[in-house]
Amino acid sequence: MNDWRPCASRATLARRARLLGDIRAFMAERGVLEVNTPLLASAAPAERGLMSMRVEQAGYLVPSPEHALKRLLAADMGAIYQLGPVFRAGEAGRWHNPEFWMLEWYRPQAGMADMVAETGALIEAVAGVRCAPSREYRAVFEAVTGLDPIECEAAALADWARQRQLAPADAASDNDRAFWLDLIMSLAVQPTLGQNGPQCVVDFPAEDAVLVATDGERPGVAHRFEWFWQGVELANGAQELTDAATARERMQREQRLRREAGAPATELDERLLDAMATGLPPSAGVALGVDRLLALICGFDCLAEALAFDWARR
Amino acid sequence: MATFNTNQFKGGLKIILDGDPCAIVENEFVKPGKGQAFNRVKIRNLKTNRVIERTFKSGDSVEAADVMDVDLQYLYHDGEFWHFMEPNSFEQYQAGEAAVGDATKWLKAQDTCSVTLWNGTPLQVEPPNFVTLTVTETDPGVRGDTSGGGGKPATLETGAVVRVPLFIEEGETLKVDTRKGEYVSRANES
Repeated sequence: MNDWRPCASRATLARRARLLGDIRAFMAERGVLEVNTPLLASAAPAERGLMSMRVEQAGYLVPSPEHALKRLLAADMGAIYQLGPVFRAGEAGRWHNPEFWMLEWYRPQAGMADMVAETGALIEAVAGVRCAPSREYRAVFEAVTGLDPIECEAAALADWARQRQLAPADAASDNDRAFWLDLIMSLAVQPTLGQNGPQCVVDFPAEDAVLVATDGERPGVAHRFEWFWQGVELANGAQELTDAATARERMQREQRLRREAGAPATELDERLLDAMATGLPPSAGVALGVDRLLALICGFDCLAEALAFDWARR
Repeated sequence: MATFNTNQFKGGLKIILDGDPCAIVENEFVKPGKGQAFNRVKIRNLKTNRVIERTFKSGDSVEAADVMDVDLQYLYHDGEFWHFMEPNSFEQYQAGEAAVGDATKWLKAQDTCSVTLWNGTPLQVEPPNFVTLTVTETDPGVRGDTSGGGGKPATLETGAVVRVPLFIEEGETLKVDTRKGEYVSRANES
């Protein structure tokens, strides 16, 4: 068998090493401090779509360093980033590997627009490309579907998906807007995004917001953004929620949704909630998939080629 | 009832969809960062050969199709069905026109074919990659021409027509590549 062999070429590994160096140089120049928080944590995030890997007797492999980084923010550590592996159960495919590298950073006193701009600057600096202008979620969704994703009822979204044979046969979740928005966004809208350079989409619907701030003036809109390049999701960021009580309510809502879906329930991360109650400064943050960025820079059509060994050869 | 979870999906996996046996052609895992995960899957219906696309919620299960590929010996055609035999158990199977399809023009008695069975019924017949067949009809050969340039049509004993070099005569046996439908060599030269 040839299963022992690497997936990536030496040239790719060299490009990867250079990319990591360029990212660190970018952060150092802008005064963002590199930190290393535990990859094996005692609590897992509550978000219903994030499945953490459980390690017997030890806790959970982190699907993102968000909780630990926010505890550092609450302890006044200033602008910080972590660059390293994260783990997500069940996410294997052409553009997914259950273990992948993430660059996640936060800036106190920054807003969503600051973080969108800084993410664009980072991508341009390390990938040597020009970014396309940002667009609103509502606009890109409407352009493809003719539906308003903020106002539209779940049933109308479901109809649109069913008429185009995009819906799963047994999708009973007719009143679950988040489900249908995810489906249509992933299958119909996302492939159109970032085709003229990396592109940011801002102001996502608020349905599934957990640790994300929502817009006080525009109901249904969250201060969340995502970057896309060649139809692939590259980064996900937000203006962060600072209110501990709201965070607790939303985490409990996610726990309930997990139970209803038969997914493993997780305990609330009380240390994060304590940190937020003590005082998380107003801040914005973003997480970027490093392997995906490398694969797209290299012009690959799957993630595996950017990895020394992919999930199948681990 | 055996089932497959979406995380077992891969090309070639045989499942039941709307009551019909199907094979997965391509499986794409799709998931927004913190959102719902889906599998967008291209599926070939093994009865009709049509390819459709379906979405599954990741984590869902589908029924496995009791489909297997077996090597069977071709026996004869009775005008309606093509008959095959499992060489060890001597168990016989009859395949209809839909299952045999284009393979019919390569089927010679006693040749071994790969047959896809679903609940014991042939769904698809693959002829051997190479068959040895006798020329039943072709224009007279050109003596001394062994270049193979040009060529001419030759009808084989199973009814298939292939292009052969000019020096091939009626009654000769040839090795033919069934995947390309091309002459390879004289049988005794291979």
